[in-house]
This record gives sequence, C-alpha cells and structure tokens, in this order.
Amino acid sequence: MTNLLTKDEAPAATTTPTKGSRFTAAASNYIEDRTSISGAVKEFGRKIFPDHWSFMLGEVSLYSFVIIFLTGSFLTFFYQASMATVIYDGSYVPLKGLEMSTAMSSSLHISFDLRGGLLIRQIHHWAALVFVAAIGLHMLRIYFTGAFRKPRELNWVIGFVLFILAMAEGFTGYSLPDDLLSGNGLRIIEGMVQGIPFVGTWISFLVFGGDFPGTAIVGRLYTLHILLLPAIIVALIAMHLVFVIVHKHTQFSGPGKTENNVVGAPILPMFAAKAGGFFFIVFGIIVLMASFFTINPIWNYGPYDPSPVSAGTQPDWYIGFADGALRLMPPGLEVVLFNHTYSFNILIPLVVLGLFILVVLIYPFIEAWITGDKREHHLLDRPRNVPTRTAIGAAGVTFYASLWAAASSDIVATHFQLSIEGVIHTVQATTILGPIAAYLITKRVCIALMKKDREIALHGYESGRIVRLPGGEYIEVHQPVDEYERWKLVNFTDNKPLMIRPNAKGQITGLQKVRVGMSKWFFEDRISPVTTKELEHGDHH
Amino acid sequence: MAHDDNSGKEVAAPVSSAADKYEGPSTGTAVIASDAFTDPGFPPHRERMTDLDPKADKRAERQVFTLFYLSIAGSIFAIASYIGFPIESGATGDLRLSTLTLGVGIALALLGLGLGAVHWSKALMMNEEGIDERHPIRGTEATRDRAVEIFKQANEESGIGRRTVIRNTLIGALVAFPLPAVVLFRGLGPMNVNPVESLSSTMWKKGMRLTLDPSGLPVKAADVTLGSAFHIIPEGINDFHDKLERKAKAAVLLMRLDPKDLNPSPGREGWAYDGIVAYSKICTHVGCPVALYEQQTHHLLCPCHQSTFDVENECKVVFGPAARALPQLPITVDSDGYLVAQSDFNEPVGPSFWERS
Amino acid sequence: MATVALIAIGLIFTGGGYALFSSTATAGTSASSQTTIDEGKKLFAANCASCHGAALQGTAAGPSLIGVGAASVDFQVGTGRMPLAMSGPQAMQKPVQFSPDQVSAMAAYVASLSPGPAIPDASLLDGKGDATNGAELFRINCAMCHNVAGAGGALTEGKFAPPLTGVASVHIYEAMLTGPQNMPVFNNANLTPEDKRDIITYLKYLEANPSPGGYELGSLGPVAEGLFVWIFGLGAIVAVTIWLTAKSN
Repeated sequence: MTNLLTKDEAPAATTTPTKGSRFTAAASNYIEDRTSISGAVKEFGRKIFPDHWSFMLGEVSLYSFVIIFLTGSFLTFFYQASMATVIYDGSYVPLKGLEMSTAMSSSLHISFDLRGGLLIRQIHHWAALVFVAAIGLHMLRIYFTGAFRKPRELNWVIGFVLFILAMAEGFTGYSLPDDLLSGNGLRIIEGMVQGIPFVGTWISFLVFGGDFPGTAIVGRLYTLHILLLPAIIVALIAMHLVFVIVHKHTQFSGPGKTENNVVGAPILPMFAAKAGGFFFIVFGIIVLMASFFTINPIWNYGPYDPSPVSAGTQPDWYIGFADGALRLMPPGLEVVLFNHTYSFNILIPLVVLGLFILVVLIYPFIEAWITGDKREHHLLDRPRNVPTRTAIGAAGVTFYASLWAAASSDIVATHFQLSIEGVIHTVQATTILGPIAAYLITKRVCIALMKKDREIALHGYESGRIVRLPGGEYIEVHQPVDEYERWKLVNFTDNKPLMIRPNAKGQITGLQKVRVGMSKWFFEDRISPVTTKELEHGDHH
Repeated sequence: MAHDDNSGKEVAAPVSSAADKYEGPSTGTAVIASDAFTDPGFPPHRERMTDLDPKADKRAERQVFTLFYLSIAGSIFAIASYIGFPIESGATGDLRLSTLTLGVGIALALLGLGLGAVHWSKALMMNEEGIDERHPIRGTEATRDRAVEIFKQANEESGIGRRTVIRNTLIGALVAFPLPAVVLFRGLGPMNVNPVESLSSTMWKKGMRLTLDPSGLPVKAADVTLGSAFHIIPEGINDFHDKLERKAKAAVLLMRLDPKDLNPSPGREGWAYDGIVAYSKICTHVGCPVALYEQQTHHLLCPCHQSTFDVENECKVVFGPAARALPQLPITVDSDGYLVAQSDFNEPVGPSFWERS
Repeated sequence: MATVALIAIGLIFTGGGYALFSSTATAGTSASSQTTIDEGKKLFAANCASCHGAALQGTAAGPSLIGVGAASVDFQVGTGRMPLAMSGPQAMQKPVQFSPDQVSAMAAYVASLSPGPAIPDASLLDGKGDATNGAELFRINCAMCHNVAGAGGALTEGKFAPPLTGVASVHIYEAMLTGPQNMPVFNNANLTPEDKRDIITYLKYLEANPSPGGYELGSLGPVAEGLFVWIFGLGAIVAVTIWLTAKSN
C-alpha cells in the first residue's frame, strides 16, 4: 500500500526529472510514509459526481455554514456575552451615555469602532439567512425528486435535524446583541414557554435564571450558539457527508444512466475545481450583500428594555412560520379548568407545528410503508411522474408559506393598504383551504404534464408545419423525438395500487385495509409510460 | 468498501438484484410492461468550442488567469481600503464607505477566484463523462456472516447473554447515572424563589406614584389631558439593580378618555380617576409591550401579534390571539394631585401560565 | 372615484378661485394680523366650514375644531391631509393645497376664535438637542407605531402610522403636540418642549446620516431582510449553480 504512490511516481521522475516534479515526488513520499494517504486518494480521487444545478444546493448550505463559522470565530474575539450594565461610550452618537448591557455595547463596538467589524457582522448575519434558506431549498429538491427513498431515509432524517438545529443557531444568534428586537423575541419565547402545561412556568424560570429578562440568558444562549449547537451540527454534517459517499449521489434518469451507475465528473480535477470555485462564489455573493445592504441595524433598535417595542417586530425569516402560527389564532382560546390555565392560543400552534415537523421528519418511512417499495433507488423521480407525492409537497409548501406570510401581516397591510384584520382573516383561510387547493391543482397539473409527455413520446413535438395530403386532407407534421430524448420521457416506474389479500392465516387485518386504501390514494390516478408496441401503433395513424 | 460481486450485470429496468443471495427486497407495486423501452445507452459525446478551436482554448485560458489576477487585485484593494478608509471619526458616512470598499475588495478577491476556477473546469478541463458503478449498500453475505460471528463471539466471551443479573444491573446503572446531571440543572434558577409567586405580583403598591418612563418624574392628574397616552413606570424603579425585571412586569400605559366612554364593570368603577385609566402594558398573549394607542377608537394594539384591546371596555380583546383583557391598575390621586396606585394589580400581569387560575 | 373627481372639481372652483383672489389681495396690502385673520376666515369658509362648521363647532362630517389651535391647522393643512379628499380609514398625506401664507392665515383664524397649541418656535426645531435622550424617548413613546427607524407601521382596521422620514421638523412637533387623528397627544407635561426638540434631533440625525451598513431595505426589519435573501441572495446563487452545471459551449 505504502509503495503505491512511489511506484506510480517513479517512471515520471526518471523520464522528466524537472525540479518541480522531483519536489512533488519527495513531498508526496514524505506524507505517504506517515499517513498512507494514497489509499484515500485511490478511493475518492476519481469518485464520480453527477452534474445538475439542483445538486449544488446542499453545497450552498455547507459553504454558508463554513462562512458563518469563519466570521463567527472572528466575532467571538470582540463580543462579550455579559448582561452586566455599562454606560455606552462608543462612536454612535444617538446611544452615547445610555445604560446598556455589555453584550449590546460590545456588539456596538464591533459595528462602529472596529474596522471591518460591521462588515463581518453583516456577512455573518446574511450568511445565516442564506444557510437556513439553502437547507430549505435543498430539502425541497430532495423531496420532490424522491431522493429520500431507500437507502437514504436516515440521511433525510439527519438533514432535517440539521435544518432544525440551523434554526436554533439562528435564533440564539439573533438574541445575542441584546437589542430591543431580540429582547422582544426572547420575551415572546418566554410567553410561549409559560403557556406549556405543567412545566412551562418552571422551564421559563430555569432558562432565564429567575424573572425575565434576568442577567443569565445572553451568556447561556452564547454557550449554545458557539459551543453546543455548532459541535452537534459539525458532527451531523460529517455523518451526512459520509452517507453521501457511502450511497453515492443520486442522478436524474437519462440515456445510459441506470440504477447501477453514476455518470458525471470525477472529483479530481473537474468536480474539485467546480465545487471549490463555487465556495468562493457563494462567499463572494454573501460578502457583496453584506457590503451593500444593512442587516439587523442594532443601533436603531437600541438596548433591550421591557417597555418599548418597535412596529414591525418580527423574527428572522426562518422563525417566521412559528410567529405566523401564533398570529393566526382567533381570540379567546384560553380555558381555566380545575385551577389551571390551558393557553390553547399557544398550545394549538405548538402542537400543529410539532406534528408538521414530525410528519416531514418521518415522511420517507410513511411513503415506503404505503408503497411497500423496499428497493434501493438511485435514479431520481421527475416530480410530475409521482403526482401524489408532488401534490402532498405542494400542499405542505402552501401550508408553510401561509404561516410565513402571516408573520408579515402588518408589513403586508401597510404596503398594500389593507387592514391587518383583513390580512389575518385571509391568511387564516389560506392556511386551511390553500393546502387542499394546492394538492388538487398540483396533482392535476402533474397528470396533465405526464399526458403531454406521452403525447410527445408517441407523436413527437408539434412542428407548426401544415401539410396538405394528396387526398386534400390537412395535417400538422410532428417532429419525432430521438431515442435519447424519448428515453427520458418513458423511463419511469408504473405502480398499481395494492390489492387486498388475506395474510398467511387467511385474515384481512384492519391495518392492511388502511394500507390498501392509502396505496389506492397514492397510485390510483396514474399514467403508464409509453411502450414500444404503443409507439409502433402510434406511428401508423 | 465492499467488493462487489454483481455490479454491471443488471439491466436498467428497476428489478431487484438477482445475484444477491438474500431474498430480493420487495418491489412494492411496481409493474414493468413486457414491451417497455430499453435504455439506448449514452448519447454521442459533444465537443466544446475549446476542444475544437485552439483560439477558443487560448481565449478561455486568458479569461481564467485574468480572473485570478482580478482576485489578487481585489485582495490588495481590500487591504488598501482597510488602511485608507478609517472609521475613527465616528461619522456613519465614513463607516459606510469603509464597509463598502472593504467588502467590495474582499468580494472581488473571492469572486475572481471562484469564477476563474469554475470557468477553468468548465472550459478547459477534460469533460468526458466518468462512470462509477454502484454496489448494493448492504454488505456481502460473507461480510455479514463474519459480523454476526463477531457479535456471537463477543457474547460468549463476555457472557452478557448468560449473566442476566450483570446485564440488567448494567442497564440500570446506565439509566441512573445521568440523573444527577439532570438534578444539577435545577441550579439554573435561584433556589429560594418560587416562580409562581414572582409572576403573580409586581412592585406596585398602595400610594406608589405613577412616574414617567424613563425619567421617573411623577405625573399629576391635571397633566393627563384628553387623548394623551403616558408611558408609566413605578416610582423609584430606577434605583433597583433589577429594574428591568421589575419593569418587565410593572410597565403601565396611562390614558385619559371622556369618562362617559368608559364602561367599568361593577366593583371596578373606582379604579379610574376622572377618565384616567392605567393598564398593564404587558400583553396577555406572549408578553410584548402593548402600546399602540389609538386615541379616537380607544383601541390598543400589540405590534407583535396584532392583539387588539378595547380601552372603553376594560381592555377586553377585540381581535388577535390574546385571550384575556389587559389587567387594570387601580389608580387615584394623592393629596398633592399626583396619580398613585390604589394597590398592586388584582391579577397576574402578562402571559398566561399553568398555575394561574 | 366619482367622489374624488367631484371634490377635485369643487376644490378647483372654490379653493383655486380663492387662491387667485387672495394672492392678489395679499400683494396689495401690508401683512397685518387682522387682514391675515380675515383672509383665513374666507379660506376657512370656502374650504373647511362645510365639514367643521362655520363657528368651528363641528358637524356630522367633521370634528369640532374648538381648542385645536394653530399647530393643529398648520399640521393638517400644511401636510396636505386636509382638506380631506375622500373618507377612508384615515386622512392621507397629499400634495399641499395651499400656499404657506394661506395655511398660516387659516391657522391664525382658527387660533383667533379659540385658543389652543401654537405653532412651535423655530428654536425648538433646530435639531441641535440631545440625540441620545431623543432616541430613548422615541423608542418608548413613538417606535411601537412608527418603527424604531421611523419607517412607519400598521394600526388597526387599515389605519397606519406614517413614515417619518422627510417630514418637516415643525410638523413632527405639531403632531406630538396635537395628536392628529388616532395619534395620542403628547402634551408638554408628558414630553417637555426640550424632549420634543430631542426627538426631532434624533429623527433628523437618522435622516442626515446614512445607515453605516449600506442600503436600509426600507428599515422594515427582518421581513425585508428575509425577502431580500430569498429573492436576490438565493436567486443569484441559484443562477450561478445553473451556469456552473451547464455544459460549456
């Protein structure tokens, strides 16, 4: 093993003994003798990665995390996570002489009295917004192409946990400057936690170390933000990537691409150059955003004080869905029973969002149970070819988007000259009816697209050329598709719904009935792929 | 990495692996037509401009190294602007310029590097597609047999299956050992404080003056004219080291309405003074300050979740997620004409909690 | 639309005619307080009395103006909110209908009938107060409706607190003093004239000094930032991924 590289290098060194190659050979020998790195190079150096734009979204998430990590480390050298009060004496005039926490004053110091500090703060914050958004887009890609199917179910779960952790990282970071906006955010969290039955009051008391706001919370969130959460995230990212290597990347179906191969560019040199270059591009775009656009102007918000609040107090976008769910509750959802208060205006959003998150988390297992499909899948589905899954996804996106829109109800109202009551009532309706409508419409659209694919596979594209036949009949000439194009249109799996069959004991269990019903729902409306016979018949009319 | 024994033998159609000895996984309900199309194989390779035209190749090479040069220029520009655009004057314009130039320099350095590398790989590097074969994720029969064997051997050598008392006590010990850590976290909150008690009262008490936020100056009833809204804190709150915790419960909004517009319920008629009412500013939903007072409609709005309270009707909820009316602070005037509290609030202020009844 | 058009025509015939008449009148006579009041009376009778009553007593269509003072008239007419173009959740800011002289004539007339808050002295509007105190008072008394950066915010039932950027100091002062429409009154016991001066100082500081971080995205907070990152940030990144994975020509 250790001789492998030397053997490879030897002929090159003898034929062209330039200074550079001699140095390279010596250096690689040195490293090889101490690390046996050639094994890794042999294993991974020419690993193939398929090319598709949507396959880069996961990398955007990874890269923004690296950017957050780098800029965050810089910020830790200057930020002080203490709620001890000081009198601000920095450069920003409208805050001079004001009493505030050390956390706030050090954040202002980074922004106003440290060259490049504001830039780094803004890169950190913009990158955080990109991070969570990229994870969200990445998950949508995985979902709509069915990439979560066996053997990748566990990686879906890891990825989803990473999404939740990213939101937690975001929220803890949002709270660190101890400005008015973040303080009111924490106040809302405190209020929500207090609404939890049995333990809410005590959890809130322990988290804040006594009465709100206390003097402990910023330091505690800081530990979470820079130690505990990043450590878990790094570990999970590592697992996520190991699984990607073990499973090899999925690919879209196409000529020559099968369940048994991966077609694309090798890591060295092509993919490494592309992916490496892409890191710098993502970094560059985020730095550009940070140089031109203010984010979280804590100097406007001022230090936290429980009495003031700003119009337009909202969380960062990724917590918006939870804030929106709170806003959508109608008045009066609180009951006192047996001397205890049940705050349903908080519990309903918590439970509904909890269930939503749970369903997304275990969706791969639900679908596998319904379809009974236990094969490995490495070819991706085109969203239209699995209409029910795509429709469920569209319903979920609509639900999430409604909650998200609700979180900006006041901004929507002022900018479109509507009343906040009207906006909330409308969003209440779309939260319930929107997903149903989205489900039905998406399913029909998918089926229509499949029919169109069939049409094209059988008869080709409409060329727009009208020809008169000798008999006087007019026809439009169709441009037939070539075999490669056709393969893309016909290579998908057709599924028949499950039939009710008695089990080994000759019984039909209730569970089986449920499963058959679900299978029927999942596969009933379907379009079969075109077959060779159909094409032959199609050619002759 | 397991060595494969079946790769490349399968056809493209998604049938389960035949070469694998274990019973192939369920295919679910997939159906494959007997006359399905077959994979036509890879389409012919298309050459790039740079493969065909040496001039294009040279041009691409020039573009790549120009981008790398630009990147170096960006780095130098960033360092120069760090030195050349100081922010120590304290003027926000200077800071903006420093942030902008530094950022643009760094962005140029990064984008030049990134775009150059990607352009290089796209236009100049070998672009024949590579193919890797996949192997089933499941290990081979032999590997799995060996793994099972190792576990069996471990079981025998340790006797964990046989010595059930050892096994069960081990599990018990493992379950018990993190418990002290859980108990330790009780220390997150102070020991001698009961959160329920602390949530149930504020620092307001009989005779305490209503003072202006943040100056702490007392307010005379005569000063509160019709249509006014005063942001109020208790007298002397600024002297406490825990003033934020006290303020988080005791903040009050003072408004004067025409006494005819107020509709107090029986027993609460005396809580207002000549049309002046004081209500807790802390939202009964999740605790944001409710301070958007509309002096004509007499509505109070919370900017966080849009709960709306009607001051004419004891701040009952008219819209939004809040369920309870804002607690009212009973007020009167002292002998000097200053507004004072009659007592503390008659119910806990702020968000609901489990022990509240 | 029809009402708007009708009112517009009415305004052109009455207000426009009076503007023509009054400008010739002021040109001929020297500025004396009584002539100013007389002129204000005429303007008031033509433009305001139909809703507010000839003696400021108010009608079903408009509130009484007794005791509102010159400051209120100067704010409402001087920012174009009055005369009202159409009924809605609240009076909207429009191009000002009258010349500054005409506005002060009406203000003087209303003040002459019943005393009320006067137009503030220029020394309170110079923007040279204590910005820190102003910022703190602004956050406590104003930010919940107008947003910490003065970008405005939503109120109930279609009403809103307008943005404060570009508003003249005198109008900011008068608004605090008189509490136009649904805005509460901040009398001199609540915010002293010095406090008001400080608040104006802070707002003018925000206007005069660019945001240190770059463009503010409307100072709307996280909603604007989130939209920006999704549309432009991720938009740019996705565009790059498409270029990245497209085959070179």
